[in-house]
Amino acid sequence: MSADRSSPVKLDELYQEVILDHNKNPRNFGRLEGATAYAHGVNPLCGDDYEVFVSAEGVFIKKVAFHGQGCAISKASASMMTVALEGKSVAEVRTLKDHFIRLLTDASAPDSAREGVGRLKFFEGVRQFPARVKCATLAWRALEEALKEKDERRAEVSTEDQGERKRETS
Amino acid sequence: MPTVSLPDLAKVRAGFPMLAARMNGRPLVYLDNAATALKPGAVIDRMSKFLKEEYATVHRGIYTFSQESTRLCDEARSKCRAFLNAADDSEIIFTRGTTEAINLVAAAYGRKFLKTGDEIVVTTIEHHSNLVPWQRLCEEKGFLLKVVPVNDRGELDLAAFERLLSARTYLVAVGHVSNALGTVNPVGEIVKMAHHAGAVVVVDGAQGVPHGPVDVRAMDCDFYAFSGHKLYGPTGIGVLYGKRKHLDAMDPYQSGGDMVETVTLEKTTYAKSPAKFEAGTPAIAEIIGLGEAIDYIGSLGWDWIASREKELLEYATARLSAIPGLRIVGTAAEKASLVSFTLEGVHPHDVGTVLNEEGVAVRAGHHCAQPAMKRFGVPATTRASFAFYNTKEEIDALEAALRKTVEMFK
Repeated sequence: MSADRSSPVKLDELYQEVILDHNKNPRNFGRLEGATAYAHGVNPLCGDDYEVFVSAEGVFIKKVAFHGQGCAISKASASMMTVALEGKSVAEVRTLKDHFIRLLTDASAPDSAREGVGRLKFFEGVRQFPARVKCATLAWRALEEALKEKDERRAEVSTEDQGERKRETS
Repeated sequence: MPTVSLPDLAKVRAGFPMLAARMNGRPLVYLDNAATALKPGAVIDRMSKFLKEEYATVHRGIYTFSQESTRLCDEARSKCRAFLNAADDSEIIFTRGTTEAINLVAAAYGRKFLKTGDEIVVTTIEHHSNLVPWQRLCEEKGFLLKVVPVNDRGELDLAAFERLLSARTYLVAVGHVSNALGTVNPVGEIVKMAHHAGAVVVVDGAQGVPHGPVDVRAMDCDFYAFSGHKLYGPTGIGVLYGKRKHLDAMDPYQSGGDMVETVTLEKTTYAKSPAKFEAGTPAIAEIIGLGEAIDYIGSLGWDWIASREKELLEYATARLSAIPGLRIVGTAAEKASLVSFTLEGVHPHDVGTVLNEEGVAVRAGHHCAQPAMKRFGVPATTRASFAFYNTKEEIDALEAALRKTVEMFK
């Protein structure tokens, strides 16, 4: 008798066409002149490294851009994040972020979370690949940092400071 | 001429239960041997027998089982001594692994003998376990850390090494084989040059011992460390070899039971090596398992192991080089059986994920050698590392999975 360690999902649920497209042609890729907020996110385990730039007017996000390097999941996630955030209020962005992270980490996430994230639902397949969850959340963690008050911001946010690691091994 | 009976590959494979495992619906293709090697039934059964039928502690018991347990551990120590061709069993210290062995040298030797302004030399391609302990010691004690560069093939620049050596060089720490690139370093030559400058040499042998015979007396290194689990033995056990003169002069490492001679409330005298460095109840089953792994390696013979690994390395290098956009990182003339590579436009983590779905286990990441990655301008690589039990068919499966990856991310 032999053991079989299977993941029940197919690879194309992870690497959806939309995700592959954003990986190849990332939107809002580059440094943003005149950004009002900025954060740097790294995953020290695999070297994913992104800068996130936010340009806000009052409580509304005008534009988000990102720059750096990493795997397809992290890059596509950052790219789709920048598109999803345009024109949203900071409060809406926080809700979106919470829904997105919930969707990736919690199999019992309510439909409201799924519906609330729009096109970002393409990342739901990542949940079945626990080792990749922090790839998908890296840019969002950096964004979270960028949206903090200036004096609370850290110079760098790492996937290893937060909950993703635990989830990966659980 | 007498016929030499070589091991039969199918029979050898049948002796590794994990090789029958399936992953994601496919036969497991295990190509992460440099991270940890699979275990032969001989090692599993020996440990199991000890735990089921012979288990007792060592050193203290008056009873038969404990005496036998002590004898088994002593016997394993002798096997390790012979395996490294060390002069005496007292030069073999059991540790949790290579990492602890190097930390032991840094703590019990480095902290005692180095003086402010002394220099420690490491290389760009060290595993973090043979870099960070020295960095920390340097920060703590005001020593200077010097770094030997490598050329574009990943070979150490010995001329630069020579220039780094001076009367201030107290210690040289070098890996026998690079885990990230596969480079086999000329440790014998390095030891000669370092000794000429009056420095002691610590060799990280974690990736060295699985690939060929090690003779610490011929190499003349001062310390040599390795882990059991990369040598087809259990995790949680490793060996530090040290020359007796150093071990005698060193302070103890951890303090507690077993490492003492006599203890009064006023004063404690310490045991001699190896007990001096082995405080606490040791990993008894793992020590016995390591001894069994060494016997197992001996039963296969280094000639067969080396010829299999050479065949696999050459085949893999040829097959992988034929994949468009694949760049091999680490192309030393002397190389152990692993291929570290990048795939244009595809991050190693994505490569690893696709390969996993195809049943192929590889390592994707920085291999605990971030400075080596930086030197080659890559954040990470994918690494396929081979053991004697791997087959060309498994390398074909790797190639097919990589071609699928290329297609997917085109």
